[in-house]
Amino acid sequence: MPVYFFTLLLNPMPLNVEQIRKDFPILERETQRGKRIIYLDSTATSQKPVQVIEAMNNYYRRSNANIHRGVHTLAEEATAMYEGAREKIAKFINAATSREIIYTRNTTESINLVAYSWARANLKAGDLVILTEMEHHSNLVPWQMLQAERGIQLEFISVLEDGLLDLDDYAALLDRNPKLVSFTHMSNVLGTINPATDIIRMAHDAGAITLVDGAQSVPHLSVDVRALNADFYAFSAHKMCGPTGIGILYGKSALLEAMPPFLGGGDMIKEVKLRSFRPNTLPHKFEAGTPAIAEAIGFGAAVDYLSNLGMDNIAAHEHEITAYALERLEEIPGVKIFGPAADKKGGVAAFTLEGVHPHDVAQILDQDGVAVRAGHHCAQPLHEKFGIPATSRASFYIYTTKEEVDMLVNGIYKVKEMFG
Amino acid sequence: MDDLYREVIIEHYKNPAYRGKLDPHDISFADNNPLCGDHIQIDLRVGADGVVTDARFDGHGCAISQASADLLIESIIGKPLEDVKKLNKASVLELLGIDLGPVRLKCALLSLKVLKAGIYGLGEAGDELVE
Repeated sequence: MPVYFFTLLLNPMPLNVEQIRKDFPILERETQRGKRIIYLDSTATSQKPVQVIEAMNNYYRRSNANIHRGVHTLAEEATAMYEGAREKIAKFINAATSREIIYTRNTTESINLVAYSWARANLKAGDLVILTEMEHHSNLVPWQMLQAERGIQLEFISVLEDGLLDLDDYAALLDRNPKLVSFTHMSNVLGTINPATDIIRMAHDAGAITLVDGAQSVPHLSVDVRALNADFYAFSAHKMCGPTGIGILYGKSALLEAMPPFLGGGDMIKEVKLRSFRPNTLPHKFEAGTPAIAEAIGFGAAVDYLSNLGMDNIAAHEHEITAYALERLEEIPGVKIFGPAADKKGGVAAFTLEGVHPHDVAQILDQDGVAVRAGHHCAQPLHEKFGIPATSRASFYIYTTKEEVDMLVNGIYKVKEMFG
Repeated sequence: MDDLYREVIIEHYKNPAYRGKLDPHDISFADNNPLCGDHIQIDLRVGADGVVTDARFDGHGCAISQASADLLIESIIGKPLEDVKKLNKASVLELLGIDLGPVRLKCALLSLKVLKAGIYGLGEAGDELVE
């Protein structure tokens, strides 16, 4: 039996949500006159606490300089801050060394890095890559592009009606000698937390390398890449209280060492001649050009912020809110929720309301300051699987309260009235 | 906001007069709004004099996209194709009688883009068609 995450949480401490909300100035904002914003779109991007905003401001106010190779004080400070953030991030996901932490722009670029560097060096025509039907476009399109270029084969682990992966289907696919299994740790639509440890172990038993899309899991769960035994693990800062424009590719150093560079340019080289170059050592080998320095520092501050709260405490809070939200939403006639029960999912509730398009639901909710997302959430094939063009999606984070869920529910009743 | 969901829009969404397909037709074209997956197909019959004699739309999407398609079809039946080609963003907003932000504007303009791409025989309903 696969072990799902919430069976593992031990004695979490309740979050002091009232105190946390004071760290997020944007939550004071009114988007509609007299109505404070109710931000239920953290799965798209989370809000940012003052600690993160200030860390980036301080860097620009006091320490701004380009990193590496500089010997003056500012350059040294900037380098130390940039590399210090990498250390924090490595520790946060329990990587063996910060050399395994590659800065990228976001999860999408991290996946593309593996597709361009590792896959183009290791996959040939006919080689099998296993994905799942619940992938975000960012873990579909890079492989479709490689399929068009190289003639690799793609197969997809089925999603069952209850939103869980069909692990029997997966076991059958593994008999076909796959080279790579690339899957999301947590679905951005269904909220399903996949049994990553089992999926990875089964892949390794079949001789395949694994890549995990952790865009939704790292912000919400305690993730330990060594316990998971993941070969590659990708995630973004902006969904976990950090800034946009910076993400991470974690890779086991033996794999990263053997891979050709990705983008060419400054900083990724050890030596350059007119007709040749030698690549730099890890992690710089994969970091060409001046990177997002302030954003990396902001990412480090975000990791500090979440670590102080405790990832297990965060997961427990979101679980409580999600269970409450599912219960309240299920009461509403005409509402259909997609994905598994609360004990197998993260803080996401994607739903449809009979007779009303999700865009209209989102727009009318916005009138009361309730921010939800509507559309296919970059998972069009998953929506097609369930026979719907789009869903409305409410998502929850460390600052979400039950009162906000109540406002969402009241808003949906109002939508029903308008479309009556 | 309450303007956005004026009764006329909800009414055209729930009870469209021109939803359906025409077979045979002289022009038929369909495209999606990639942002949200709204889908519109438009079929036209055009007389020898170049006048639209009949038209229908089909597809799925939000109230704004579907109501605007219905209103658009209503407005072009009996009109010369040459006049239909001149329709733009302002014409659709006038039909809807509301003002829209940039995201919802895409919903409202999908039907006009599909209509014009069909008339011009283009492969894709691009934004430039409604500027």
